[in-house]
Amino acid sequence: MSLLEIEDLSLTIGGARILKGMGISVAPGEIMGLVGESGSGKSMAALTVMRLLPHAARATGRVSFDGIDILAASEDQMCALRGDDIGMVFQEPMTALNPVKTIGEQVAEGIRWHSGATRAEAEDRARKMLDRVGLPEAKFPLSRYPHELSGGQRQRVVIAIACALKPKLLIADEPTTALDVVLQAQILDLLRDLVAENRMGLLLISHDLAVVTEMADRITILRHGEVMEAGDTAPTLSAQLHPYTRQLAQASMHVPARPKTHLADTAAKPLLEVEGVTRDYRGRRISLFRRAPDVRAVDDVSLSMAAGQSVALVGRSGCGKSTLARMVLALDRPSSGAIRFRGETITGRSEAELAPARRDMQVVFQDPYGSFDPRQKVERLIAEPLHVLEKWPTRAERREMVAHALHEVGLDQRDMDKYPHEFSGGQRQRLSIARAIITRPKLVVADEPVSALDVSIRAQILDLFASLNQKLGIAYLFITHDLTVARAITDEVLVMHEGRIVERGKTNDVLDRPQSEAARALVAAAPDLHRAIARRMQEQG
Amino acid sequence: MTVYLLKRLAIALATLVLASIVVFAVLEILPGDPARLMLGMNASADQVELLRNQMGLNAPLLLRYLHWAGGLASLDFGRSYTYSVPVIDLVRERLAVSLPLALIALALSTLIAIPVGLYSASRRGRVGDTVAMGAAQLGVAVPNFWFALMLIYVFAVWLRLVPAGGFPGWGPGAWPALKSLLLPAVALALPQAAILARVTRSALIEVLNEDYIRTARAKGLPYRAVLWRHALRNAMIPVLTILGLQFAFLLAGTIIIENVFYLPGLGRLVFQAITQRDLIVVESVVMLLVAAVIAVNLLVDLSYAVVDPRLRSRP
Amino acid sequence: MTLRADIPDETFTGILAKAFRNTAFVTGFVITLLILAMAILSYVWTPYDVTRLVIADKTQGPSLAHWFGTDHFGRDILAMIMVGARNSIAVALVAVGIGMGVGVPLGAFAAARGGLVDEALMRVNDLVFAFPALLSAIMITAIFGPGAVNAIIAIGIFNIPVFARVARAGALAIWPREFILAARAAGKSSTQISVEHVLPNIATLLLVQGTIQFALGILAEAGLSYLGLGAQPPMPSWGRMLFDAQTRMVVAPWMAIFPGMAIVVTVLGLNLLGDGIADILDPKSRRQR
Repeated sequence: MSLLEIEDLSLTIGGARILKGMGISVAPGEIMGLVGESGSGKSMAALTVMRLLPHAARATGRVSFDGIDILAASEDQMCALRGDDIGMVFQEPMTALNPVKTIGEQVAEGIRWHSGATRAEAEDRARKMLDRVGLPEAKFPLSRYPHELSGGQRQRVVIAIACALKPKLLIADEPTTALDVVLQAQILDLLRDLVAENRMGLLLISHDLAVVTEMADRITILRHGEVMEAGDTAPTLSAQLHPYTRQLAQASMHVPARPKTHLADTAAKPLLEVEGVTRDYRGRRISLFRRAPDVRAVDDVSLSMAAGQSVALVGRSGCGKSTLARMVLALDRPSSGAIRFRGETITGRSEAELAPARRDMQVVFQDPYGSFDPRQKVERLIAEPLHVLEKWPTRAERREMVAHALHEVGLDQRDMDKYPHEFSGGQRQRLSIARAIITRPKLVVADEPVSALDVSIRAQILDLFASLNQKLGIAYLFITHDLTVARAITDEVLVMHEGRIVERGKTNDVLDRPQSEAARALVAAAPDLHRAIARRMQEQG
Repeated sequence: MTVYLLKRLAIALATLVLASIVVFAVLEILPGDPARLMLGMNASADQVELLRNQMGLNAPLLLRYLHWAGGLASLDFGRSYTYSVPVIDLVRERLAVSLPLALIALALSTLIAIPVGLYSASRRGRVGDTVAMGAAQLGVAVPNFWFALMLIYVFAVWLRLVPAGGFPGWGPGAWPALKSLLLPAVALALPQAAILARVTRSALIEVLNEDYIRTARAKGLPYRAVLWRHALRNAMIPVLTILGLQFAFLLAGTIIIENVFYLPGLGRLVFQAITQRDLIVVESVVMLLVAAVIAVNLLVDLSYAVVDPRLRSRP
Repeated sequence: MTLRADIPDETFTGILAKAFRNTAFVTGFVITLLILAMAILSYVWTPYDVTRLVIADKTQGPSLAHWFGTDHFGRDILAMIMVGARNSIAVALVAVGIGMGVGVPLGAFAAARGGLVDEALMRVNDLVFAFPALLSAIMITAIFGPGAVNAIIAIGIFNIPVFARVARAGALAIWPREFILAARAAGKSSTQISVEHVLPNIATLLLVQGTIQFALGILAEAGLSYLGLGAQPPMPSWGRMLFDAQTRMVVAPWMAIFPGMAIVVTVLGLNLLGDGIADILDPKSRRQR
């Protein structure tokens, strides 16, 4: 007998068809993984179960939970179910909590509402729940406000709210996507334990096949609102009978072909040298006469990169890797230390003096939506770095260069007269790369360049990075928290932890035999589809 | 928290000092000799000179400013040129009209606007919302003095329910005084209420789109409970900001409205003082109004800290 | 995995098509056009000459000959409203121009530089905001004498901090975006970035604020001329007409009703236009609908 049973669910929002005859079921105590790329409708399926859809949404089909017909239930019935029998955890922990209420109030609120407990009783239960999710009283009293907590801690509060009344079904919509791998592993462990303790059903929604494989008993693969394949996790993913399943699995494990690799050549002059760089941010003022101690984002970091080399800088969020990248790009000034590019010091130089260095050093950002000015056409956007050339190209030359750059990243030269919103996320990341290579730079710094992309697009963009490295000999500094990206595309890895570089070596050496504790933690926490399938196969036979 | 409060306080004081310098400087360059104005055109040059000395008008600029500012700080505003009475007495007498007027208007505006905004936001897109926001749109467009004229026409001329203007003073009792302040207060309040209702509605709607509202709904709270417990407090910040700004509008609005209703208030006093070149009165009243605006803004800043815990922990 | 695109991303024709489906925009646009047309028409034609006093026709109610009636000098109210529109529009429009022209560069500069420059500019803003606008406008016109030009200056000065604040807030939201970082990595100076990237992205915000300040300018001008500090007779102005009407309310209510309606309709039209533009271009409001 299923706890949740969805059959033939169709959903339209203002004319757009989001779900087309979708079905899924979750048994008590079972973890069901719902996998799909963006636009597959997986989040909307979850909101349908909660009946928290946008106003314009129209759902038909059958959704039954514990014998109740959800689509026909009254709002009062739904209020009785939500939070009591069905709990939900959301993707974005930074915004999921009310900023003006204490975490105690927010956890206790649902308890009081459903059980009619007194304030003291509810607070007592909230306290126990927060202890259970790993927020002990000593450090996290009920009177804490959300802004005093980190992202991972906030997600624990959200889980405490969702699980406070031991619901029969827990829905977790991308619960770890906004967190780094180590936090992700911790939160997933917590969810697994809570589900086992209380025999809850868990509907785990994710874009990440590896995460779902590690967690789920059964898996449902959704694409464009339709179920492609469903079944027990291990056989489904090892057999990969459905072409889309195969496509997803292969894209998740994709490693681009890179015949030439560059390892640090101590004899040649390095392209980039970072020497003893430290960056302090001033502490906030905590009282009239006192400031908090300065925050050291980057602590005495030294590194060097050879021409044509592809290096990954990996670390947990907040470890200082992005700050370091900005200093390399001369967008931020080190508090002390020096950065040399092609042998010339770039720290403390004026913008005019930096122009030659800027020509040879470009950047690709994470967010393919935010990295283009929406008001300008592609031609101007891609040509922006030409600004630092000694001789400004004529309009015809400029168009020629833009067309060439577009061609190199696999786009059509006619695309230069379009606006960025006319492109998909993957195409925009190609535009980003076109902008980065138009000046024929020696070094491209890429800050999480594929972490916002769906897996199949991610594989294509990694291929593009690899081929440009091979063809043009561009060196890469990849900033990432994702070890599969590092493994796929880099020769060397630098592991950063709390502002320091704690380990450096060949990519495969470091990822297979990490020496430092920080690197070991990263490797252990990183979801790996191969490993997960193998383990599942053993468990499920 | 204390750092935040002290910083706001310091900014408020600095603004006040700067404002006093501006007012003093502006009135320094104002054409016309106050001593000549007081004595009339027939007075001799010697007489004028004597008076100028008596009034301290010949002292160096900085000294005059310090003397004046010191007077302000100790509520000694000097004597009016035209009324020949201490300005503080004039102000006290006029404040007895203007302050109740502004306060009644502010209260009216808030009491109308917040419920309407709440109602509209909770029934967004439905008939009630459309009607309320249509009325608000109209209310924003109505100049308060014209609205005042229309009110006079309907309630005083036509229905004869209230006096068309004038003020009996607080002597004969509170009721006649309040009755004559009623129409002016309504005229002042309604356009402001329209603005405030629109701001309340849009602030609430913005908050209702936040992720934490969905979290609260997922707990099983009904929509109404979410609105009261989670949305309202978060929406208060823009509402408080507008309330602070409106106080300045209401003060300025009293100038015109008091003229429409012939109310002997501060606004009318300052308007007449400007036309009569009674500098001391103008300076004093303007500084008083500016100080009131700054004080209210400080109050708004403090109330932010009460509403938003993030501000409390920030410097 | 959902990412939000916060900035409107539409083509010009797409925006246009949406504009004409937006009731508020269409209504506001039509009203504004009509008022503008009326003001322009008054240069070449009015039903009666507004400078000629015909005592025989004084304080007549609305009729076929005088649609909106006549005033105490026998002047046609409709003609006076038409001519008065010129004055109102000119004063408010130039005042918005002053506010934008000075305020926007200041706000954009403050946002680009940050630090002490920003702090100083914001403190000056606070200072101006501490003076109730109408009070200061009265002082300014009283010092420099009443008249349309001084009314423009008085209203314009108080538009400056408003636009500075809006431009600064808008620019501060644009500066941390990645495309700005990309422009910086391409070696562009903060001035270039402000002009090429920041201003185009806050233009809609400024446009909406512009219509709001335009409407407020009309109201402020009416207030000043009601107090006798705006345009001077014989130039008709809506505020002045209301002042003249006040003492004659009992015998000639139309003298108060029609000029007041003119103000209400104009301000309403501009506000609807602003709301419409905000609706069409603001992706947030789009999500709500």
